[in-house]
Amino acid sequence: MRKSAIDIWVGIFVAIGLLAALFLALKVGNMNAVSFQPTYKVSARFDNIGGLKPRAPVKSAGVVVGRIANISFDDKTYQATVVMTIEQTYQFPKDSSAKILTSGLLGEQYIGLEAGGSDEMLTDGSKIAQTQSAIVLENLISQFLYNKAADSGQEKGAAK
Amino acid sequence: MMILHKALDIFASLGFFVRRNLTSLGLAARMFTAAIYRSAFLLKRPRLVIDQILFVGNHSFVIIAVSGLFVGFVLGLQGYYTLNRYGSEQALGLLVALSLTRELGPVITALLFAGRAGTSLTAEIGLMKAGEQLSAMEMMAVDPLARVIAPRLWAGIIAMPILATIFTAVGVMGGYFVGVPLIGVDSGAFWSQMQGGVDLFSDIGNGLIKSLVFGVAVTFIALYQGFEAKPTPEGVSQATTRTVVVSSLSVLALDFLLTAMMFSN
Amino acid sequence: MTDDNLPALHGSQAKAQSFSDEVIVSIRDVNFAYAPEERQILSGLNMEFKRGQVVAVMGGSGCGKTTILRLIGGQYAAQSGQVLFEGQDIGKMTSSQLMNARRRMGMLFQFGALFTDLSVYENVAFPLREHTDLTEELLRSLVLMKLNAVGLRGARDLMPAQISGGMARRVALARAIALDPPLIMYDEPFAGLDPISLGITARLIRDLNNALGATSLLVTHDVEETFAIADYVYFIANGRIGAEGTPEELSRSTDPFVRQFLDASPDGPVPFNYPGPTMAQDFGLRAS
Repeated sequence: MRKSAIDIWVGIFVAIGLLAALFLALKVGNMNAVSFQPTYKVSARFDNIGGLKPRAPVKSAGVVVGRIANISFDDKTYQATVVMTIEQTYQFPKDSSAKILTSGLLGEQYIGLEAGGSDEMLTDGSKIAQTQSAIVLENLISQFLYNKAADSGQEKGAAK
Repeated sequence: MMILHKALDIFASLGFFVRRNLTSLGLAARMFTAAIYRSAFLLKRPRLVIDQILFVGNHSFVIIAVSGLFVGFVLGLQGYYTLNRYGSEQALGLLVALSLTRELGPVITALLFAGRAGTSLTAEIGLMKAGEQLSAMEMMAVDPLARVIAPRLWAGIIAMPILATIFTAVGVMGGYFVGVPLIGVDSGAFWSQMQGGVDLFSDIGNGLIKSLVFGVAVTFIALYQGFEAKPTPEGVSQATTRTVVVSSLSVLALDFLLTAMMFSN
Repeated sequence: MTDDNLPALHGSQAKAQSFSDEVIVSIRDVNFAYAPEERQILSGLNMEFKRGQVVAVMGGSGCGKTTILRLIGGQYAAQSGQVLFEGQDIGKMTSSQLMNARRRMGMLFQFGALFTDLSVYENVAFPLREHTDLTEELLRSLVLMKLNAVGLRGARDLMPAQISGGMARRVALARAIALDPPLIMYDEPFAGLDPISLGITARLIRDLNNALGATSLLVTHDVEETFAIADYVYFIANGRIGAEGTPEELSRSTDPFVRQFLDASPDGPVPFNYPGPTMAQDFGLRAS
């Protein structure tokens, strides 16, 4: 085969490979979620982050508005500090609250932002004051048992 | 007494087996580092690598693409039957895409590559050795590791991820074809669930890394077996068999290792 | 076809005088075995090859003739002794020194060892492409000249699979002399050739040697053709020199080993029967 013919065929082969890669990136993967928008950082403190992981989504009204950048432990307040990056196009009032929610029953955990009513907006570096920790199953069970015990105690008392 | 002799014989053959394979491993490691080390000149002579990409890449294209299509078909079919039992047929797209990008794409491509291109490489190098072509090259002061082995190694490393990507893409299209027009899964759900669940970096990216690692492994094993083959017809035939067996086992073992590293929490 | 196409004839009988008494390859007290446990192939070997000579190394099959070529080429290292090429010990060279040395050697392998994926032209061009930076024009001229010297200029676009064994060997010869090396080694150049090819090959070896002012080392067991063109002959037996001398001296020799070889007698110092049990033991004959 002539040298030029070999070059053309190999070129076609590589081009098909690139096309396939493009197809995978655009049609199959969640390229849309990889945004290169400018972002700003906001932090929040939680008593318990549960199963929250970095790169988990930050959603408001169910729409992804940002991602978790960093999770660390503050050994002065004994709380978890979560730093999240939110896209510039989304502005939230200073008194918004952050909750740790679970998608579905047993899905991955994410942060849900609920807008407050303040006129001032969150800016780069500001803190979210109102937070709700993740629901921990063991606490739920012990609470349930405690309530059950308290109810039966009351009944016994009433029956006497 | 006989039993004692037999036991000692078994120990002896075990020791011989281990020693021989350790020696092979050492030889292979040295050959690999030497081939990589002497590859720098290929930047000035890309033609050598391009010729080899035609040999291992283009000529494997058809088998990879057709296999990808059929694997996609089967995934679509089997996936639907299984998901249907739990009422989750909408997730078919996600199932097909994740199976292909994470596992089936890189692994099956590597296995097919070992069978198609790997055996060709082994036979070619083995026959060159048998015909004294490698010796002749040495005597002409041209290093066969640099001139013959290195271009083929790099061609395999380049071609494998390309082939795996093609396999995955064709497979997804195959799954779509069976799932949507044939079975009737909703087209919108097929793509949207897939796009929601397949991550560019951790799924597609990791699949690409896997295919790269497999490319290095399969191509090098094929070249090594050819280089060390006995210069007789039986020797070459044994070498090609060994290429397929060793490559396949290595790919599966590496797959386990890589999956554990990449997809665990 | 006129004689214009044939290279200048010196006649296969004419031999050049050695240009000088300068020694190009010297083998001193060499002992060699392929592996420590294997049998000793060469013991205490001493040989000298002078510039401008055609030297033949002869002996029975498996006596170590090809091993000598491999030692000179640096493919194996002798366990003891020296193998000197142009004054330097091959066994002690670094790989880059060895590369440089090999560029000054041409080797013709037994069946040609042409690169089967390259055409005849590309095969001969190979050493030139790898070791020189010539333009395509200059390269083409050189390759065609070399092919012309062996009479295969017209076959330049054929593939090795398309040419006969004798032609393949001629192409390999053209390739071996592509860089005009001062030492050319031939491994069994006459094996399996028809009478015409035999004559052509022998004449080419001699003429090219004279034309290039090189030294040619032939490993062979073909007596007739070799004696016609060689300046000096070594006979190897049991890993040592069995006999040496000019072809004329050896033809007159009375040494039994040389005589058996030259006269092609089935039995003599090299026995006909492979060592083993006696006839009596194998056939159960009663001892008489």
